[in-house]
Amino acid sequence: MVEYLFFALAGLAIISGVLVVFQLHPLRSALWLIVNFFAVAGIYVLAHAEFIAAIQIIVYAGAIMVLFLFVIMLLNLRQPEEEAQRPMFGQKLIGVMLTTLAAFVLVYGFSQAKVPLAKAAPPGLGNTESIARLLFTDYLLPFEVTSVLLLVAIVGAVILAKARLK
Amino acid sequence: MSVPLSYYLALSVVLFFLGAAVNLAFVGFADAFQAVDGQMFVFFAMTVAAAEVAVGLALVVVIFRNRATVYADDLNILKW
Repeated sequence: MVEYLFFALAGLAIISGVLVVFQLHPLRSALWLIVNFFAVAGIYVLAHAEFIAAIQIIVYAGAIMVLFLFVIMLLNLRQPEEEAQRPMFGQKLIGVMLTTLAAFVLVYGFSQAKVPLAKAAPPGLGNTESIARLLFTDYLLPFEVTSVLLLVAIVGAVILAKARLK
Repeated sequence: MSVPLSYYLALSVVLFFLGAAVNLAFVGFADAFQAVDGQMFVFFAMTVAAAEVAVGLALVVVIFRNRATVYADDLNILKW
């Protein structure tokens, strides 16, 4: 049952991911990206990571996508009239070669890796309580540094939005 | 009953070639090893991504305001 759900969500994630890349209009890409985020969030639930699934929907599908759509609509891009410049033959060749190489390395690496089979998760794994416990004990310093990072990002975005560059 | 780790990794590889999918691998490993640490890193990666998006989109808006384009082919003032 869980495996069928996984395959359905995985198929949805892959199809929507392909559609994100191949849309001509950026707005449609962004909307397919939301579908992708929801599919991946469903897979997080299957992997007993309910907190991460909720964060995925709230932060990615909610906040970040609103920002994406807002900027895309703000810029009000014209439809590209002329065909996008076709890549040169050398570019295509190098791209195909590098992708094949990367696929070979990843597939070979995973086939050689000895990974333990998934056991039944103990109750409590992935829920908010165990994450919070870890976040405020072992990972307290990274957590605080993250808050500083977000503050810097806010200040940077405000400065960029205000600046009148010549 | 549970989904094997290799399935998560396979989907992660496929999504990697489309975009970024390391979060899925982290969650898959966290499930397989029954440790929450992997989910912590997903949490931090999401935070950094949010900061990235805020600054990156601000940059795009500034570029558009100054150059009236966001197409990478038109932004060639660093070329010589």
